[in-house]
Amino acid sequence: MRFGGLFAVNDLSFSARPGDITAVIGPNGAGKTTLFNCITGFYKPQVGRITLNHPSGPILLERLDDYVITAKAGVARTFQNIRLFARMSVLENLIVAQHNALMSASAFSLAGLLGLSRYAGAERRAVERARHWLDKVGLTSLADEEAGSLPYGHQRRLEIARAMCTGPVLLCLDEPAAGLNPRESAELNRLLLDIRDENGIGLLLIEHDMSVVMEISDHIVVLDYGRKIAEGAPAAIKADPAVIRAYLGEPDEEEAG
Amino acid sequence: MEAKTARTLLVDALLGGLVAAAMALPMLGVRLEDSANGLSLSGRLDWVAWAVGIVAGGRLLIGLLRLLLAGRVPSPPAPPRAVMAYVGWAMVAFALVLPFLPFSGRNLVDKATLVLIYVMLGWGLNIVVGLAGLLDLGFVAFYAVGAYSYALLSQTFGLSFWVCLPLAGLLAATFGMILGFPVLRLRGDYIAIVTMGLGEIIRVVLQNWQDVTGGPNGISGIERPSLFGLSFKMVPPEGKQTFAEFFGLEYSADHRVIFLYFLILALALLTNLFTLRIRRLPVGRAWEALREDEIACRSLGINPTLVKLSAFATGAMFAGFAGSFFATRQGFISPESFTFIESAVILAIVVLGGMGSQIGIVLAALLLVGLPEWFRELQQFRMLAFGGAMVLIMLWKPSGLLSTREPTIRLKDTS
Repeated sequence: MRFGGLFAVNDLSFSARPGDITAVIGPNGAGKTTLFNCITGFYKPQVGRITLNHPSGPILLERLDDYVITAKAGVARTFQNIRLFARMSVLENLIVAQHNALMSASAFSLAGLLGLSRYAGAERRAVERARHWLDKVGLTSLADEEAGSLPYGHQRRLEIARAMCTGPVLLCLDEPAAGLNPRESAELNRLLLDIRDENGIGLLLIEHDMSVVMEISDHIVVLDYGRKIAEGAPAAIKADPAVIRAYLGEPDEEEAG
Repeated sequence: MEAKTARTLLVDALLGGLVAAAMALPMLGVRLEDSANGLSLSGRLDWVAWAVGIVAGGRLLIGLLRLLLAGRVPSPPAPPRAVMAYVGWAMVAFALVLPFLPFSGRNLVDKATLVLIYVMLGWGLNIVVGLAGLLDLGFVAFYAVGAYSYALLSQTFGLSFWVCLPLAGLLAATFGMILGFPVLRLRGDYIAIVTMGLGEIIRVVLQNWQDVTGGPNGISGIERPSLFGLSFKMVPPEGKQTFAEFFGLEYSADHRVIFLYFLILALALLTNLFTLRIRRLPVGRAWEALREDEIACRSLGINPTLVKLSAFATGAMFAGFAGSFFATRQGFISPESFTFIESAVILAIVVLGGMGSQIGIVLAALLLVGLPEWFRELQQFRMLAFGGAMVLIMLWKPSGLLSTREPTIRLKDTS
């Protein structure tokens, strides 16, 4: 991915397996979010290939529009700065996430407009799914509140629940632990492990909080200046000299500590 | 602290006065006079001074009032939804009996009809602006498309109002889609600018396409609607009965006025019912989600193009219905009726009503269209009252008269 003359992400290849939590780490400006935007279709890479091994067959993501990637390929994402539908209720946020299923059930809302029972059934199932995820993230009692009025930690969890309501095979989380206190961060760890174990989907996450990364990830990819500098299990990454150099700087630099 | 607030107040008032001076100097300050040796300019600085004085004084007064009243007048709590539902039903009931009340006459029913046209337009635009969050300043174009569709279809093919009504809605919706395309990539204020331009384009086309639209002369002698074939004319067309004959009443021109009133009431209620229903359906929820955050919508697999176009088309369809009604009520249409100011008034109704609030829009329409009609005696000061009312509402309730949003689904109701 290139912006003008700057290669934000270059010559990078790695794979994230289903049933694994893959963490992408790296210093600020390493190209982590750019990588995410390429995977989820918000940016189109100039060169390269992103393949998703969907249960129904491989899909080339770099050719699809962003909304098609979620709708057809089953890649869901959250955002670094939370993007909820702030003035809609918590439950509505989760129902909107199931838009495509509800649209086809209601024949583009026409069946619903005429009050046909086919739509009522689809909506009941959508509410059930929403209720399932509300229970998972512990927001059931706040379901009818405005999403924007929730505390920050709740909003983070709601965004994950909303992404899961789209029924993804790959969930991309952009700094899910940012701004969380240690207790909330521990809850988040449990939630992510739970999603991995119960749904068997792949999780890809960007994170700065090393306690989260080291504790839950099965596989870590380290980026610096848009290139991969290391890849492997958490223990190996911790000891990798290239990673330490990227995070702490070269010994001969002024800010070397 | 005291001195500081006093200073801010004064500075505020002075700034207001300065702006007023800048505006008033060219508009009020200079006067063209027809003198013996041709035209000459004469100053009217006293008028400018008055304008500056009124604005600066008013600003100071508002500032002082706000300071004095701060914290003392609690803003009224949002009425619970049960109360709002009762208010809604009461309004419908009142609207139904209005023509038969002792104090109501032809004049009142006629004015109520006009208000209802704007209520319907407000509800239509509310779909685009209030729900989907697309700031549409060219809404009147679809109103015009509806009006001209009916007029032309009825005059060219002799179709009746009831056949033309859905056709006009369909045509307007198509135009909504076509005009929706250029603004798909735009956001916020840019949408407003482009839709405003597109609205003007439609009007200019109507004005200049002499062969089809009659140009600035408009179209006259538009067929009036009938009730299941019963005409409201004094002398019915060949082979038709009149309404009065059929029911054994004495002919009165009031019948048609009342009929038109009920017609627009039914159309407006249809719009309202549609909006209330669609809000609970996937399309309606997607509209609201789009208003909240387009990028999040994309990340959930929602196709923003479809969502935007459906909002534009639906809003336009209701404007098309209203347009047909307008054409059949007036019996004459010309591009004059579809100027930008109409779009602005409709948008003002939606914004003042509190974006997305159905009852708020009725109140705002009464305030912005009804009041000026009643105060016609004030003549040119009507617009001053209009502006004053807008300023007052924005000071008192910056987010509109009724701006609380009801969730479209509640977890506790579904179990």
